Amino acid sequence: MRNQLKGFLWIGLGVSLLLALLLSPFVSSSPDGLEKVAEHHGFAEKGESWTLWQYAPFRDYAIPGIKNEKLATALAGLIGTGGIFMIAIGLGKVLRKTKSSRNI
Amino acid sequence: MHIPDGFLSHGLNAATFVVSAGACTYGVKKVNQKFGEKEVPLMGVTAAFVFAAQMLNFPVAGGTSGHFLGAVFSSVLLGPWAALIIMTLVLVVQCLGFADGGLTALGSNIFNMGVVAALGGYIIFWSLYRLSGRSPKGFFVALAVASWFSVVLGAAAAAFELAISGTSPLVIALPAMAGIHAIIGVGEAIITTTAVSLILKTRPDLVSCFHKQAPDSRLA
Repeated sequence: MRNQLKGFLWIGLGVSLLLALLLSPFVSSSPDGLEKVAEHHGFAEKGESWTLWQYAPFRDYAIPGIKNEKLATALAGLIGTGGIFMIAIGLGKVLRKTKSSRNI
Repeated sequence: MHIPDGFLSHGLNAATFVVSAGACTYGVKKVNQKFGEKEVPLMGVTAAFVFAAQMLNFPVAGGTSGHFLGAVFSSVLLGPWAALIIMTLVLVVQCLGFADGGLTALGSNIFNMGVVAALGGYIIFWSLYRLSGRSPKGFFVALAVASWFSVVLGAAAAAFELAISGTSPLVIALPAMAGIHAIIGVGEAIITTTAVSLILKTRPDLVSCFHKQAPDSRLA
């Protein structure tokens, strides 16, 4: 798979990994649009009452156990970006190859 | 715009899940017909970029932040169906790996940011691009407008879902969500046009929409 990735694509992946590693710890921590609307109109607590999926390894984009928050976020971003890249390549290969596949 | 568990009713989440799963199934079929050697690594890089860029919250008015969505960006690179798959993949990983967006709301989040933003955004892009006579200038205008609409329409869809679920009445949720995302959408338009213009300058062959439809020198 790697020999198909030439020039620009490597740059694209490098830029993505660097964005996640270097910028993600320093972004705005304000609530996003939906969270702000939920806070302002009094339904934010409905979203904090429960979660179905309890096993997310990098809750809130941080690696658990790392005390330095910025480092925890940077590494979580790096892992997520690299992980997504590999999953998407794998998915792309499956989608390209199996002519009879109708499932995800 | 990632909806957590608890905001939406289970009935609505089930309905959007069915719609999203149906759209993804059809998308898989379309991607299956179209994808070649070049598209697979491009899909990997696009998904990685979308995930990384979605982490980068920028401040907007009134103590609120927004981030890049990437639905229209992915659509013009790889086509709307591959973009739907990419958005779905990113949302699934964010939900299961990072607790961003609820698992019960996954169908709704895919509907808002995949079906509405990627497919809907692409329809807006394609219509405007055609109307412009497929000029290079028209491409970027269409790209900017469609990017803005992808964020605003996705947010509007979320507002309708909140209203249908009885969480917040439409008269409150719709103007609030559309209003704040009208500002975030400007950021989306700037990032999308900048990123696509950088790609067009170096590797125009990677922007499938520009190439196929533009009557540029390579095709003429």
